Amino acid sequence: MAEATATRIPENLTAGGRRKRVRVNGSAVVMTAYLVFLMLPIYWLLNMSLKTNTEILSTFSLWPQNPTLANYATILTDPSWYMGYVNSLIYVGLNTVISVTVALPAAYAFSRYSFLGDKHLFFWLLTNRMAPPAVFALPFFQLYSSVGLFDTHIAVALAHCLFNVPLAVWILEGFMRGVPREIDETAYIDGYSFPRFFVKIFMPLIASGIGVAAFFCFMFSWVELLLSRTLTSVEAKPIAATMTRTVSASGLDWGVLAAAGVLTIVPGALVIWFVRNYIAKGFALGRV
Amino acid sequence: MTLVLDGVAKTVRGAVHIHPTELTLEKGTMNVLLGPTLSGKTSLMRLMAGLDQPTEGRVLWEGRDVTGVPVQERQVAMVYQQFINYPTLTVYENIASPLRLQRRPADEIDRRVRETAELMKLAPMLDRRPLELSGGQQQRCALARALVKDAGLVLLDEPLANLDYKLREELRVEIPRIFRESGAIFVYATTEPEEALLLGGNTAALSEGRVAQFGPTAEVYRRPVDATTARVFSDPPMNFLPISKTGHRLMFGDGQSAQATGHLAELSDGRYVAGFRPNHLEAERHVEDAMHFTATLSVTEITGSETFLHLDHHGERWVGLIHGVHDLTQGAEIDVWLDPAHVYVFGEDGRLAAAAAYADAA
Repeated sequence: MAEATATRIPENLTAGGRRKRVRVNGSAVVMTAYLVFLMLPIYWLLNMSLKTNTEILSTFSLWPQNPTLANYATILTDPSWYMGYVNSLIYVGLNTVISVTVALPAAYAFSRYSFLGDKHLFFWLLTNRMAPPAVFALPFFQLYSSVGLFDTHIAVALAHCLFNVPLAVWILEGFMRGVPREIDETAYIDGYSFPRFFVKIFMPLIASGIGVAAFFCFMFSWVELLLSRTLTSVEAKPIAATMTRTVSASGLDWGVLAAAGVLTIVPGALVIWFVRNYIAKGFALGRV
Repeated sequence: MTLVLDGVAKTVRGAVHIHPTELTLEKGTMNVLLGPTLSGKTSLMRLMAGLDQPTEGRVLWEGRDVTGVPVQERQVAMVYQQFINYPTLTVYENIASPLRLQRRPADEIDRRVRETAELMKLAPMLDRRPLELSGGQQQRCALARALVKDAGLVLLDEPLANLDYKLREELRVEIPRIFRESGAIFVYATTEPEEALLLGGNTAALSEGRVAQFGPTAEVYRRPVDATTARVFSDPPMNFLPISKTGHRLMFGDGQSAQATGHLAELSDGRYVAGFRPNHLEAERHVEDAMHFTATLSVTEITGSETFLHLDHHGERWVGLIHGVHDLTQGAEIDVWLDPAHVYVFGEDGRLAAAAAYADAA
């Protein structure tokens, strides 16, 4: 009798232990499945970019049978390809600089002063993001054509400001609100003029906010296709537009297109790496 | 060097923050702004500093009208209740920043920063950033920055309120000593009467945006001009009791009365309000002519060396502060005694009619 109880208890314990181990494995399986699901398209893109067109079209292989960098070589040597990246980077860079520069004083005003209609104006800024870009494609195209800005980098950069300035203002305002007003006053009492205080004391304080705002401007401008394609033809043609115009007489150039896709992911991934610690606060528009 | 507030008033969107105020602060003095929260201490300081512009009146600095002069061009320094430093700069650069803006030579900046840091016991932390310091050290850094620039007017807005008890006591002793040598005008805002008395100098008692009384701290304490000031300048607040005067006697109700001596005798007959400080209530008959009251004990708080008694005397809430630990049951009737010499008499409008006899003697 005593032995029976003695043996039963450990059995119960092992049963519990086993159940627990199964659960741990279960969550690992789900996680792995999810990651595979997420990474598969990216892997497949990478996979394709390292194959020849013949291999892509003829066989199904999980990894390149004859790995080749020819596709990348094509892109990096052909101006009609690599200029797409250069154009994109120019207008994205221009846009990021303009958006953040314009948004900094605006966000400061919203965070520090109260003026007639400030709350309405602040909310109205955000409503600018609620219209799809397609709505603005036509007016921008006509406007820029008539003033001779069509097919220039600055045209695309300015068009993207319509979406990015409000976003940057919202993000920066959130970060600025976290800085006590007394710091501003202490600086004035110490003898700082406003511009000097803003650059020397205030901007370093919200450096992470500026980084996040710049990242979001970069990201939206980088992935935006419709406006950038509408407002350009040759001189300032973005990479995304180049990629959609590769159907030639000999059909699609699958390998080169895949390589272009891989190269398009790289800048975004690089920028994300730099602001990875502040991204969550940025998504909450600085209001965490 | 003097700072004169000439009829200065501040109204924000129809709400009066500061009523027209006349105040003259002299060079080398410690001036305490004493008042409860929202009494206008910070508003008044901001007007003195030039951070806010008065809606009426003028601010005169050494006889010159500086009302519209931006804060950068005034000789002021300010320390806030929150620990305000530049988080991205090191402690050294924090202290040096006012000097750098004055374009002082590099060796002078270095010398003065190190001297001040030594004085504020910050010397080992000069290379750290303010947020890596403890609260007390952060406030020392802010004080050092105010001290280093040799400002003519130093405003300290409840600088010790956010510090823990020990640090507060330590800095409270140091601040007057450190600043006395600089010869500037000091303005120190606080809610605590104890702090005002420790700092000495002059006290301006504020209530609801008005300077009720301004004068030497001890004088304001001994002879508060009205019941509000007396209440503010007493911790726990002063107790009040309606009384009446007939002939040569002050009637305290309950059959208790006191001889109207000294200038109490000059008061006309009628109704008054008596005020006395909690520490003047005693648990035994301590003087021959002490008045006896019976009150219901609602709460006791024992701090160790002292016991606070919260009393209910015919609907009036009194607080008594007696020495030692007393084991008293709540809800019990207890006997307390009050020396008539400790009684202030206020008119029914709250103005002081007669100060307590002991205050006149001092």
